[in-house]
Amino acid sequence: MKPRDGSIMRYAAPLKAAAQRFAFLLLIGTTVGLIMLGKADTIVVDQLRTTVTDAFAPVLAALAQPIATVNRAILDVHSLLNLRAENARLRAENARLLQWEQVARELAAQNQALGAQLHFVPHDDVRSVTGRIIADSGGSFVRSLLLDIGARDGVARGQAAVAGDGLIGRVAEVGDISSRVLLITDLNSRIPVMIESTRDHAILAGDNSDQPKLMYLPPNLALKPGERIVTSGDGGAFPPGLPVGVVSAVSENAVRVTPFADWSRLEFVRIIDYGLKGILDPIDPPPTPVRAKRPTKS
Amino acid sequence: MRGGLFQQIDRGARHLFPFAFSTLLVLLGVLPLPIPGYGIMAPAFGVMAVYYWAIHRPDLMPAVAVFALGLLQDVLTGGPTGVNALVLLLVYGVMRNQRRPFLGKPFPVMWIGFVIVAPCALAVQWLVASVALDRLIPPASAGPELLLTIALYPCVTWLFVTGQRAFLREP
Repeated sequence: MKPRDGSIMRYAAPLKAAAQRFAFLLLIGTTVGLIMLGKADTIVVDQLRTTVTDAFAPVLAALAQPIATVNRAILDVHSLLNLRAENARLRAENARLLQWEQVARELAAQNQALGAQLHFVPHDDVRSVTGRIIADSGGSFVRSLLLDIGARDGVARGQAAVAGDGLIGRVAEVGDISSRVLLITDLNSRIPVMIESTRDHAILAGDNSDQPKLMYLPPNLALKPGERIVTSGDGGAFPPGLPVGVVSAVSENAVRVTPFADWSRLEFVRIIDYGLKGILDPIDPPPTPVRAKRPTKS
Repeated sequence: MRGGLFQQIDRGARHLFPFAFSTLLVLLGVLPLPIPGYGIMAPAFGVMAVYYWAIHRPDLMPAVAVFALGLLQDVLTGGPTGVNALVLLLVYGVMRNQRRPFLGKPFPVMWIGFVIVAPCALAVQWLVASVALDRLIPPASAGPELLLTIALYPCVTWLFVTGQRAFLREP
């Protein structure tokens, strides 16, 4: 492009530069403002986040699909190679589980009989929706996942997220077609838990490491590595008894827990709706009881 | 040279390349790749993109586009809103003013520049995120992220150069 009129260009160039500088400073100011607003947990920022996430969820889902396919193919080859060993392991496990089934049946019958005697009202309104992971946190500050299910499918803030063997986190943000799960390893994660054998309550606190730590344990509690940790149901956010992990290290200043979930193999996550209002409700508009439109896959 | 309507649309679409490709890279940074630990140490693709385009074609990567990229990254990673936007804008501001020494220089010069810029960007990111979250974030995984970012920079630059040659060669 050649300047058509010298006199206009002489004024236009510095003016353009000034406008650019002004726009740049304005944008810097906007980011600082956004950080401040975000700190105050404003609804505007929340809405901005869920809107953008919803807009990009289909794109991410489309991009994640081929990755999942390749991953599954690799796992298939891997499992083919280990078929014999896997089969032997499963046989042994099956034998063991059959014994457990017997025990469980007896206990269930006993429980029912005792419950009937006490007029115990069971809480059986548990529903779950399964979603695919479409984005990882991709940064060193937060531990969270993005799922391709949202309010439309009945997901609400505070619900428990479970993958395979255990609890992985809770729903922190919900869009229409996407939702974010804050993992139990995240710096901001606090989950009410208890030690399965002794029923002692504690809080499982994440610190961005792979092994969250137990806080507010009762004094003089002799914990040993290997103890199972399950959710306590305190605060009403989660159903009690969801497996979380095992105590892996006990030292003077921290008791560490290794989660049951296998972080490297996560692909689908189940969101459990316990039908209770969680501790995170106030920020959200009143939740409407939406039934899942999609069939429950698990 | 301005040409007809079709040519203008064609040119406009070509000029979108820097922003569109950078957006794709930001998405790549959050995809759940089946690499152990990728979610934690995903390279800072946004910083690479802004660094490159602020030097080579700042006219096609205006500050608003940089802001949008940063905000997208903030939202998709689930981090505090505005942190990446601020970091990318700062990288953009600095590189836009300091682009002359890098223009037309061989690749190693660009890389050395990036080796200086990337740690600063990640340090600012860590600091601002700590302020935004109201607590000191353990910087444990920042090391691997930085190494991966610096190591992958040549590959990403190669993609940028190839794209620039294919789409942005002015007739």
